[in-house]
Amino acid sequence: MRSFSDFGNDLYTGKRSNDFVGRQKTWYAVSAILLVLATIGLFGRGLNIGLEFRGGSEFRISSVTNFNSFEARAKTALGTVNPGSNVVVTKTTDTVRVQTEKFQSTLQTDKVKSALAREFNVGVNSISANTIGPSWGASVSQQAITALIWFLILVSLVLAAYFRTWKMSIAALIALAHDLVITIGIYALAGFEVTPASVIGFLTILGYSLYDTVVVFDKVRENTQEAEGNGRLSFSQAANQAVNQTLVRSINTSVVALLPVASILGIGYFLLGPGTLLDLSLALFVGIAVGTYSSIFIATPVLADLREREPAMQELKKRATRYQATQARKAGTDPSESDQGGTDDAGTRDVVHASSRGGGTASTGRPVHRNVQSGPRNQPKRPPKSKR
Amino acid sequence: MAINPHNRGPLRTLSVLVLLIIGIYGLLGAVSTWGTAQRTPKLGLDLQGGTQLILTPKLEKGQQINQGQILKAVDIIRARVNGSGVTEAEVSTQGGKDIVVSLPGTPDAATVNSLQKSSQLRMRAVLVAASAAPTPTPTPTSTGSSPLKPSTPATSAPKATGTATTAPKSGFPSALTAATKPAPTAATPTATPLATAATPTATPLATAATPAPGAKPKNASDLAWVTPALEKQLAGLNCANPKQVEAIQDIASQPMVTCSSDPTQPEKYILGPAEVNGDQISNATSDQQTGQGGVSNGQWEVRLDFNGAGTTAFCNVTSRIVSLPDPRNRFGIVLDNQVISAPSAQASLCAGTASITGHFTGVSAKALADQLKFGALPLSFALQTSDQISPTLGGDQLARGLIAGGIGLLLVVAYSLFQYRALGLVTVSSLIIAGSMTYAAVTLFGWSQGFRLTMAGVTGLIVSIGIVADSFILYFERVRDEVRDGRALRAAVETGWGRARRTILISDAVNFLAAVVLYALAASNVRGFAFTLMLTTIIDIVVVFLFTHPLLSILANTKFFGQGHKWSGLDPNRLGARTVTYTGRGRVTIAARRAAAEGNKS
Repeated sequence: MRSFSDFGNDLYTGKRSNDFVGRQKTWYAVSAILLVLATIGLFGRGLNIGLEFRGGSEFRISSVTNFNSFEARAKTALGTVNPGSNVVVTKTTDTVRVQTEKFQSTLQTDKVKSALAREFNVGVNSISANTIGPSWGASVSQQAITALIWFLILVSLVLAAYFRTWKMSIAALIALAHDLVITIGIYALAGFEVTPASVIGFLTILGYSLYDTVVVFDKVRENTQEAEGNGRLSFSQAANQAVNQTLVRSINTSVVALLPVASILGIGYFLLGPGTLLDLSLALFVGIAVGTYSSIFIATPVLADLREREPAMQELKKRATRYQATQARKAGTDPSESDQGGTDDAGTRDVVHASSRGGGTASTGRPVHRNVQSGPRNQPKRPPKSKR
Repeated sequence: MAINPHNRGPLRTLSVLVLLIIGIYGLLGAVSTWGTAQRTPKLGLDLQGGTQLILTPKLEKGQQINQGQILKAVDIIRARVNGSGVTEAEVSTQGGKDIVVSLPGTPDAATVNSLQKSSQLRMRAVLVAASAAPTPTPTPTSTGSSPLKPSTPATSAPKATGTATTAPKSGFPSALTAATKPAPTAATPTATPLATAATPTATPLATAATPAPGAKPKNASDLAWVTPALEKQLAGLNCANPKQVEAIQDIASQPMVTCSSDPTQPEKYILGPAEVNGDQISNATSDQQTGQGGVSNGQWEVRLDFNGAGTTAFCNVTSRIVSLPDPRNRFGIVLDNQVISAPSAQASLCAGTASITGHFTGVSAKALADQLKFGALPLSFALQTSDQISPTLGGDQLARGLIAGGIGLLLVVAYSLFQYRALGLVTVSSLIIAGSMTYAAVTLFGWSQGFRLTMAGVTGLIVSIGIVADSFILYFERVRDEVRDGRALRAAVETGWGRARRTILISDAVNFLAAVVLYALAASNVRGFAFTLMLTTIIDIVVVFLFTHPLLSILANTKFFGQGHKWSGLDPNRLGARTVTYTGRGRVTIAARRAAAEGNKS
């Protein structure tokens, strides 16, 4: 705990800085590999499309006690109604799920239900039947795609208006696309079933991924504005500092967002079996994890790359280099602070770190302001009491 | 105890929140005590068990469907569902063209089929009418004068209400008896038809397309339409058997054999070919008849308005049949293959309006008017999905979903206490406030908008725990940043808020936008999810602004937090801000500057 809070401090002050922006090529490479894998999964293996998209019937028998040869029994029960249909039977803790490709009329559905109820010795009330027409999935996907396009257009406009630069929109959307492709790729590679609930999950990832990116970008905006003002940091450096400063937030947020989702996932997997809950939470879990990754490792470096090309940013970079060179020279001639002792609570930090917090009070060792060097100056005045 | 002046602003904000919460819970209590609301959120079908059917209109190529038609279709389907005796059914549109029917329990196949049928309204001349009462004696005769319905006059009054009166009144008593016991033909079904049935079989079919004069059946009321085959069909038709009723064919150019769908007037008919179609009725209303001086006489009537083609067609029919003997002076209004009403014509009506009178009650008149009005919708529906959830499974899902939510919440609480120490308690109390507001809001929306909490909605709520908690994390981190910069806690809380607020607003705006787009465009259970996401985003903002921020401001004035107690989570020492402050020689050292200097060195 101690070290985590120090970790946060160091990230904030810049003592410990992970070079997120500078090493963008590494992250791009990692993401490129992931994307290639996702694409291979998507086109090679293909998605495991759920029943809802193919059409068919699903029966779910809950509170089953006797699981002996449940598969054969379920098939027999279904065979009595329409023989020769292709039947898939799966089970979870206390539920048996029977899927058939055949689109059942309501009359048949009732027959199948009573047959299954007899076979598994449960009441007809504990059997759920779900029948989906073959065109249902298509219309759902159609709507999802329409929703996606509208969302992208609107959100680009909102972000461009808020951040006053379309480059932030582009970087955010690149991160978004990255998240979506990787999430769907993971679905394809792992063979998770894609149901309308997963589609909802994918759409929510859009929201979450952007949400996370926006939080980081807001800090980037703050830091870069400051940098543009004082010319001490280049855009990339300021952006990198922003990512580092929000890193603790990103970690905390992701953990907090993932905890409930993980608990749904666990409950869903062990107690509920396949269903809306499991599908949604799986998509969200993967999406939130990928979304956090992308807002740190993809969105900000892409933004920095885009912005660094601007002449104004080039100019800023030169200014920052000059400033930093001067600072370095000064520091070289006046290595005061680092030599001061003082014990650091963490104990594990390097000397530089320790000294900085050590509170070197010796007046001699302090870097002195040039006004002071050149002679006496006015002391700060306390404002009169009435104005305080 | 005197109030710390620093706390006045925050306390005022907090009191707004308290009022808000009291307000929504007061409203909830009021509507659940005196109104129809329940105290718990309405549950969706997947949680309480039931059946959800999604119907899509079958469109022919190039056929367009507009919103008005869909709304009509919803009304028709709702009427059909309610007609089948199901209570608490909900019918709504979705995504512009799908119709979602939610029923508690499991409907039988007949109900489902009846929902899918096209709604086709036609007017046909009555050729033969027979009693359809299962046993010969029962109600019709004994209550002969009371059963609703019958007859009909209609007046050629041009919309004006005053003139509509005379004919109905005079026609009424006699028309009633005549209509309810059309037994003459029914008792001896063979008598009348046989005579004309001599010129039979092939002709109707051959000339079906144009039952014009010159063909064997001279017009739609010609008894030449009645073939022995139809006779037999009529005799064999048992209106009490839903299967037979289901099998009735309604082909516009052919005569048809059908039943009355009005239980108070059990009749079966042979009807001539269709002459007026539902889409030729421009409007139908129910109203009380008005006597002289515009005073209502308490008699209900159904008024019909026809469009141009309808006016001509209706004029032709009524002119022809008005002089014919009963039952051939009647015309049957056929909706979905069954006769909803078979009034007799009292005059030839050529003004484009007509009115049907009889023993209507306000309700039955309205029902008939609606049927006539909505009958203009020639759409049938394809069953897209049928989802039956057993109540046990639904209950299981809900219970386990709640367990998952509880565990998730506990984990979040544990993590924030671990990360933020006493500050974590602020997160926890904010989450509790947000949770209680969400509960009340969901329940209220269930009451006012019919919003039902589905599994997807519950998932949305659980997911939103993370998003709501993030606002607090964001804020706390900003405050900590300010403390690291060397600000005193009270100042840090305010400046940190200034910065965090922007971020919270824009990120919530993006989230809200996503939810709105999802809600507006997506289908089925996505909507429940999007709705809860929208709701919690708004509540998140309310809670952060009206609770978390003022609470933190107040806490900053306490000794425990203000002086950065070790367990407060805002301990400047731990946040690396120990040496901040005035360091002599007019210099203030703050962490950021020191770090910058150092960062440059290394």
